Amino acid sequence: MSRSPESEAAGTDAPGLDGGGDPVLRVDGLEKTFEGVTALDGVSFGVESETLTGLIGPNGAGKSTTFNVVSGAIEPDAGRVTFDGEDITGLKPNRTSSRGLVRTFQIARELEEMTVLENMMLPPTNQRGEAAWRSILPGTRGGVQDEEEEVFERAWEMLEFFDIDHLALEEAGALSGGQRKLLELARALMLDPEVLLLDEPFAGVNPSLERDLLDRLEDLRDRGRTFLLVEHDMDLIMEHCERVIVMHQGRTLVTGTPEEVRSEERVIEAYLGGEVS
Amino acid sequence: MSTLRDKTAGWVRDRTGVQSALFGAVLTLLFFDMLRRLLGGSLAPSLLTGYLWNGLVFGLVIGLAGVGLSLTYDLLGFANFAHGDYISTAAFVGWGSTYLVAGLGEFAPLNLFFLGVGDTVFPRDVGVSVTTTPGAVLVGLVVAAVGGAAVALLFDRVVYRSMRKTGAITLLIASIGVAFTLRFLLVFLFTQRSFGLTVGAWAYELPLEGGTVNVTASELLLVLVAVVSMVGIHVLLTRTKLGKAMRAMSANRDLARVTGIPSERVVTATWVIGGALAGLAGFMIALFQGTINFQLGWTLLLLVFAGVIMGGIGSVYGAITGGVLIGLVTRVSQVWIPASFAEAVGFAVMIAVLLTRPSGIFGGDAL
Amino acid sequence: MSAPSDPIGRRLPDSAAAYWERDLVKILGTLGFVYVLYLFVGLLLGYDLFGQLNSLRRLTFLIVVYGIAALVVNLHWGYSGLFNIGVVGFMAVGVYTATILSRPVAGQNPTGSLPGFGIPLPIAVVGGVLAAAATGYAAALPSLRLRDDYFAIVTLAFAEIVRITFKSAELQEVTVLGWTFGTGGGRGIRTFSNPVRDFFDTTGQPLVAAVERLGVDGQLVSGWAFVFVLLGILIGTYWLIARLSASPFGRVLKGIRDDEEATQSLAKHTASFKIRAFVIGCAVLGLLGIVWQGASSGYITPDRFIPELTFFIWIALIIGGAGSNTGTIVGTILFVGMVLEGPAQVRRIVDEFVGLSGSVPTFPDGLAALAGGNVDPILLYVFDQTSALRVVLTGVVLIWLLKRRPEGLFGDRREVASSIDLEARVEERRGRGSEAAGSDSE
Repeated sequence: MSRSPESEAAGTDAPGLDGGGDPVLRVDGLEKTFEGVTALDGVSFGVESETLTGLIGPNGAGKSTTFNVVSGAIEPDAGRVTFDGEDITGLKPNRTSSRGLVRTFQIARELEEMTVLENMMLPPTNQRGEAAWRSILPGTRGGVQDEEEEVFERAWEMLEFFDIDHLALEEAGALSGGQRKLLELARALMLDPEVLLLDEPFAGVNPSLERDLLDRLEDLRDRGRTFLLVEHDMDLIMEHCERVIVMHQGRTLVTGTPEEVRSEERVIEAYLGGEVS
Repeated sequence: MSTLRDKTAGWVRDRTGVQSALFGAVLTLLFFDMLRRLLGGSLAPSLLTGYLWNGLVFGLVIGLAGVGLSLTYDLLGFANFAHGDYISTAAFVGWGSTYLVAGLGEFAPLNLFFLGVGDTVFPRDVGVSVTTTPGAVLVGLVVAAVGGAAVALLFDRVVYRSMRKTGAITLLIASIGVAFTLRFLLVFLFTQRSFGLTVGAWAYELPLEGGTVNVTASELLLVLVAVVSMVGIHVLLTRTKLGKAMRAMSANRDLARVTGIPSERVVTATWVIGGALAGLAGFMIALFQGTINFQLGWTLLLLVFAGVIMGGIGSVYGAITGGVLIGLVTRVSQVWIPASFAEAVGFAVMIAVLLTRPSGIFGGDAL
Repeated sequence: MSAPSDPIGRRLPDSAAAYWERDLVKILGTLGFVYVLYLFVGLLLGYDLFGQLNSLRRLTFLIVVYGIAALVVNLHWGYSGLFNIGVVGFMAVGVYTATILSRPVAGQNPTGSLPGFGIPLPIAVVGGVLAAAATGYAAALPSLRLRDDYFAIVTLAFAEIVRITFKSAELQEVTVLGWTFGTGGGRGIRTFSNPVRDFFDTTGQPLVAAVERLGVDGQLVSGWAFVFVLLGILIGTYWLIARLSASPFGRVLKGIRDDEEATQSLAKHTASFKIRAFVIGCAVLGLLGIVWQGASSGYITPDRFIPELTFFIWIALIIGGAGSNTGTIVGTILFVGMVLEGPAQVRRIVDEFVGLSGSVPTFPDGLAALAGGNVDPILLYVFDQTSALRVVLTGVVLIWLLKRRPEGLFGDRREVASSIDLEARVEERRGRGSEAAGSDSE
């Protein structure tokens, strides 16, 4: 995904963040090169809490790489990722996830041979029963079972919220594409994340389901969560996101409200495929 | 802070520089210790030379055996655990033929071919060695190569071909099935006993300080066979159309995967070449040791894997280099540790390589 | 009620199929079937009561020990995706450690035998189990990142290193810090006396006498008692692993086997789970080695821990289907009954009914005789080679299975990974009768 021509200009153009408050997620000057190809060349932006923020840019802009760096799947060559005031640069995915920063995948990675319910009950962190001996010994098993009931309740509610509770005992691999997307999202929410990085959540999803999903996302946002979306559907982003971040050739180009971004000349130039002045 | 611990651990793990430096330091230390022993007199030069020569010869056998394993691992994507038993089977067939030729007219042909099982024929009666019965040995060598190729091809057709699209693990498990089937067919035919094969051959005694180093005719033949084979493979890979096709398939493994199953012609050629080399290796190892039994190839297999992994899967030169390295390690390590642990050292080195540089010396993408 | 997905269940009439759904029925049914088969063979061979009871005892013994091993391999591979083909190595570590710990101290040992640390057997057993667990830890810790086939090679290398160590002449007898002990090297070492047999030789004598008055050989008492003790261990292992797999812990393992990276992105420290599963399994293997090779035969050599053993254990798992504990037991019963012991049984029947004259020839002689029209010698030879032929049979069965039904008998089953009954909860929620959900009930 990350193929950019060599960067000419040194230094990063770090657009300031307008609006008040500390961003819950912040990246500064991220750089990453893969075998001679520069994927990220100074990416900086902030995501404010309780927003739907869009991350857009032409193919090859470095969006997926940014997600990978933020979530910890890849380590950056330079730069910093700050989450909730804590420096999490380079922390592996299982550690970023447990801190409340969760990412979904472009191609939904549900666990195919497990049922939907098992998929849903897997994520919650620090379950008592994850200590082997607790699940075995008669004395402690009761406590494990109590927690399982709680987890089940939460999972069931979430499944109902997404209207896929009727699939609870189906194998995840048997679900349709749209249902998988819903499961992916529902499952990520089981981690009770503060910030959710959604990698093209609407790709291949039919328009009515898309609207449905967006409604739910906005609902969740109102309840306190933050979403950073990568999407190609520009209308969607412009209509529903409070803020938009535009990337181009491994750098942050512009950030701002949809109106501000839409009118920026550089954005238009970028999308027309040319170099940006 | 856990973050700090993560970062330190990650840093140590990912810094191949640190690993290489560590490895280099250990090697240098060992080298200087060896020098010290040599100069101090606790290590006789003849002993060391013996180790080096032995290690080289043994390593060449392992390398030859490894070529086939490496090629099929790369081309078909699975570890063929039956490879050791291809080696054993070809060795038995080859040596049976050698005995047949050497003892023709004096003993019953069936008894000869079955290496005198049941104490019907004794090695000293037939008197096989490189110098006394060179013709018989040569015949056996050729038969072993043909036998190895035949066995490899047979099992590909019967077992693996219809399973090309199943996963690497399924094929691995299937190869374990083939391994045991073949091995115990050998037991069925030859029982579990070890068979003595040769009588003493001509050896050149190289006098060195501390003793003599024996350079036997068998060892010389082995080196010759190995060199000829390597030259032959090199010519095949670089000058023939088939060789180019094989190299193309190997280099573009991803392309091969995308376009589907590698061409059957290349697959057949790979099994034939690999099997023939395995046959040569099996025959030679039996010649080298002077004995043969049903476990010949299996006991070699882990070391062969070690050589292949060290050299990098898919690389012919890597397989031979890795094999020689392993051979040397198992012999030279006896400067410091008792002989019974020599193989264990070879395995330990393999494990170390797997953990630090799984793609091996020549390998590219091993994952 | 969902239709059974396994080949046996499908062939049963509907009324029986309903019973077949239950795990216990599967296991006992298969066991019963094999028992009946063996009793029938015993009848054919003219066994008396002792003969029949002994034959069943031996069969059950093998089923139980292979079953324990297969359950562990199922935990490793079927649940956690760890391809362990060094199984016998961990068994060896367990029994050798327990032996060395428990042998009488130097000075108190019978002349000509190896001394040890003189630790009482129960503690030595614990020591052996811990040693096996520690070896598992050492093997797995660095290798977790490796892909499956490399991991397999590493476990095999470990098992070989273990065997080489125990076979080495240098460790045959050593004295360290005043303690003398040894492995016995290639010759092997006497282990310890079977506590069950000891019991019946002393305190339990009255029971033996009572049984003998009934006309049954007294040996059977301690023999069967030992089998029952092992059966207890098998049940304990099954219980342990069943609880482990139907739990949040097991759920994470399943996730790891399914897609480790995705599971990691769900905030699970997968390496920790894999290690724990591996170590628990190796601990059980250590115990198994102690009771199987140690207590049962009383003597161990490095060459008892051979790859064929691992091979047999794996195929028991594959027949039953990896991932299903019940399937593993059923697979073991079928493997031991039909493949492992089958050829020997066939030979006994042939010996009984088809009189073959002459002594066992060599294979070439047998061939020569065959060419001359005499079939007896080659048949004699074939029947003398049952132990080799059963391995060939195992290999053929394995290959056939992998081609035709790689998931084994019950590999399609999904044993739900939760400590509570999820299906019941879901049904409650839906407020209806059984929903067609597509998974077998527990």
